[in-house]
Amino acid sequence: MLSSVLLLAVEGLALLGAGIGAGIVALGAGLGIGKIGGSAMESIARQPEAGGKVQTAMIISAALIEGVALFGVIVCLIIATS
Amino acid sequence: MSRFFNQIIVRGLFFGVFICIFSLASLPANAAEEGGSKTDFIMHHVQDSHEWHFATIGHTHISVPLPVILFEPGEGLHFFMSSDFVDEDHNKIEVAGFYFDDHDHLAAKDESRSFYDISITKNVASLFVSVILLFWVFLTTAKRYQQDPLKAPKGVQSVFEPIIIFIRDEIARPNIGEKKYERFMPYLLSVFFFIWFNNLLGLLPGAANLTGNIAVTMTLALFTFVITTFSGTKDYWQHIFNTPGVPWWLKIPIPLMPLVEFIGILTKPFSLMVRLFANITAGHIIIMSLIALVFIFESVYIGPISVLFGLFMNMVELLVAFIQAFVFTLLSAIYFGLAVEEHHHEEHKEKLEKASV
Repeated sequence: MLSSVLLLAVEGLALLGAGIGAGIVALGAGLGIGKIGGSAMESIARQPEAGGKVQTAMIISAALIEGVALFGVIVCLIIATS
Repeated sequence: MSRFFNQIIVRGLFFGVFICIFSLASLPANAAEEGGSKTDFIMHHVQDSHEWHFATIGHTHISVPLPVILFEPGEGLHFFMSSDFVDEDHNKIEVAGFYFDDHDHLAAKDESRSFYDISITKNVASLFVSVILLFWVFLTTAKRYQQDPLKAPKGVQSVFEPIIIFIRDEIARPNIGEKKYERFMPYLLSVFFFIWFNNLLGLLPGAANLTGNIAVTMTLALFTFVITTFSGTKDYWQHIFNTPGVPWWLKIPIPLMPLVEFIGILTKPFSLMVRLFANITAGHIIIMSLIALVFIFESVYIGPISVLFGLFMNMVELLVAFIQAFVFTLLSAIYFGLAVEEHHHEEHKEKLEKASV
């Protein structure tokens, strides 16, 4: 009886961990990419001629950070679905 | 005046058809009514399968059975169709000692038989389709360019030539250098268009999630890794195993620096693999989850919200399709550039000596 309750509790905790993990990953990605976007906008405002290069660099950095964030998402997904 | 109206009507029609096609992505949601948990259909749609299931309307499955090819060492190749393994009531049956287990993998009744499953699954069939499309597009473009290089491009050629030039001038030349970029252009072009086309095809309703399959992305990352390794110059390997400018005590008793750099060689293609896989699969899962909202809330009023958000996410995914192809190609070009970089160590040493004086 107690063991089945414990088992359910552990399963629930795992799902809770996955959910909180995914949330923190989203937070991290949002913060990082927000910072990049902000500084990109500032630099384009200061020097519109460099706009193209800044935009390219911004997209590349955003994709790299998103890659790391999605690492975390995949881990949380695996925890949640198994 | 009437030309203006014509334009509005034509553009409106295009837009409408475009939106309708993407809203069709909610068709797979019909499958959620049957069995299992309500969100099983999400996983079913991002994973590979032995038949190509387009939609389920009511109780009729619209799906195409695909060939199942098994190689058993010692016995040779076995050919079946995936429809052989299911009888009329959709119960799983066993054929020639093979059957589909609970995870939809093929298993042998007799546990000691080992075999390799090299079937034409949904992903492989989708790969064939996209390869045929790629061949058609690029053979047409190349033929037209060859026939008359100076003629103004039109049609297919006019869409793809600027993109090819973009890859050459923005990705290959700056990162690999003027002298050596041409060697790598075929690979960079192939990988860019392959990933882009497959990402886009995967967004259509009823399509297979090819670039979201980690085996496929692993293969692409392996190609980049092999090409980087085989085009590494002496300088490249020296930078990894005997990094100049690093103090000797990080290298001699315990080769810490070489170890870190060696792991760096492996993590770069690994990140390429996971980045593409995670971005595409996560995108598909998000869209499916928005549709699943209707079934979780069990109310038809969630429908408009679901379709609106789903449409927005689909547009974002179109952008992500291009960005992920671009980033994969760009990072591959950067790795190639690092590998073939010609370094002038004498300059470094002179600068260091001057600085220390």
